[in-house]
Amino acid sequence: MTTDKEKAGWLKRIAIVGADESDEIGMVPHKGVLQQHSEAALNALDDAGLSLADVDGLFTAGASTLQVAEYLGIQPTYTDGTSVGGSSFVIHVEHAAAAIAAGLIDVALITHGETGYSNRFRKVSRAPMDPWFPAAQFEMPYHIGGPPSTYALACMRHMHQYGTTHEQLAEIAVATRKWAMLNPKALMRDPLTIDDVLSSRWITYPFHLLDCCLVTDAGGAIVLTSAERAKDCKKQPVWVLGSGEAQTHWTLANMPDLTTTPAAISGPRAFEMAGVRHDEIDVVEVYDSFTYTALVTLEALGFCKPGEGGPFVSGQRTAPGGDFPLNTNGGGLSYTHPGMYGMFLLIEATRQLRGECGERQVADAKLACVNGTGGALSSTGTLILGAD
Amino acid sequence: MSDQKYPKPLPTPSPETQRFWDGTKKHELWIPYCRSCQKSYWYPRDFCPHCGSRDVEWRRSGGKGRVYTFAIQYRAFHPGWTSEVPYVTALIDLDDGVRIFSNLVEVEADPKALRCEMPVEVVFEDVTEEITLAKFRPVSE
Ligand SMILES: [Zn+2]
Repeated sequence: MTTDKEKAGWLKRIAIVGADESDEIGMVPHKGVLQQHSEAALNALDDAGLSLADVDGLFTAGASTLQVAEYLGIQPTYTDGTSVGGSSFVIHVEHAAAAIAAGLIDVALITHGETGYSNRFRKVSRAPMDPWFPAAQFEMPYHIGGPPSTYALACMRHMHQYGTTHEQLAEIAVATRKWAMLNPKALMRDPLTIDDVLSSRWITYPFHLLDCCLVTDAGGAIVLTSAERAKDCKKQPVWVLGSGEAQTHWTLANMPDLTTTPAAISGPRAFEMAGVRHDEIDVVEVYDSFTYTALVTLEALGFCKPGEGGPFVSGQRTAPGGDFPLNTNGGGLSYTHPGMYGMFLLIEATRQLRGECGERQVADAKLACVNGTGGALSSTGTLILGAD
Repeated sequence: MSDQKYPKPLPTPSPETQRFWDGTKKHELWIPYCRSCQKSYWYPRDFCPHCGSRDVEWRRSGGKGRVYTFAIQYRAFHPGWTSEVPYVTALIDLDDGVRIFSNLVEVEADPKALRCEMPVEVVFEDVTEEITLAKFRPVSE
């Protein structure tokens, strides 16, 4: 068996060379899903100094690669529609890197586009679930709904088992808002206090409204290629140093341990592959569908021990100026969150490692850890990214 | 009660789960069990997800267990629940060794009245002529 370190050999020759959002994000009712994909794709390719004609591999989730490729006017020879929730785009990076390393493609385009905010006006509804599916028989009749209804059960168990408090969760919402105040593209930029979070209404106990992410319209895309091809690109490459992918369940009753996430599997794989230690990471971008998601992910990735996430994030440690820069774009909580947020973790990590983040730039950021979470804490992708 | 009057999502039993729903209709809780590895599993299927064996059977549960975790749903995620929120969803660890998703009933939807590890027992709610749901209520230690 090849070890993670040996696998790192091929990964280290792959780079992210382009990254950008669509032209308008936030509340964009006049643009559809495929427009969000295409604007982001064109912007990311421009960022790389490449064009649609260079793309031979297409990766997306939500929409089909058939829909996106036709809309873009391309005929890719390698596609991957891995769709495991918000982690999908992070997982696509590993799949794209493998395809490039194997020589199957030269340029991989990963696109995202969703209109989570505007769907209601266009009466876009989710496809109904097959009524024989386990979730339709054994979850739906008992009032399971959107992500708040599932993640809250995990958070409650964490609070019971480890004494995690509402105040500790609120620390994350407040720190993340401080980053958003430094990001002109963030939707929510008004100051926020712990009391504001604690006095916001309940959505699903133990989550207040301000423990929950936004629901926005947005698109994002990134471009990957080989080290050789990266030399011709416009900007400095951001290297894929390590990656890991994991999934543990679909229905909540089958989640092995509600107080952790599959990042406990994908995280160690990515760190081992990259050959870096936690204390060497300069900036961390993790999915914050809820304040709790960010907290438990830090534990699962090994930045602190299981159950110590609450004390770890206290005292605004993850805010600008703190010693643990987390979700520096303002996160899904305050910047944008169209539904499957993973793409935006990649865009922000790339920008931080290139030093493009202006007021919110983490000084001398050379190593980033990214973790996307999808489903009901069901799937994760972890990446270690690095700048020269 | 008729189907028209029950506004919430209803389960559609499938051939592999029919035995479970036949049980709840008789106010009995039946759980699939693997004779090869001698463990219960959840949800019903024709083989054991622990070991892959097809040597499985149904066993009647005592219907007692503990709350592994819960949440209070203040928002109706389906219009059928609008008049009933706040409502308590929970994962129950049955003494039979499986964890199942359900509701806590006959208890106030208030954090002060609820805690993880509280003991519960099954109660049956006949929601239509065809379907009976297994829910749980607190019992004393
Ligand atoms: Zn078995």
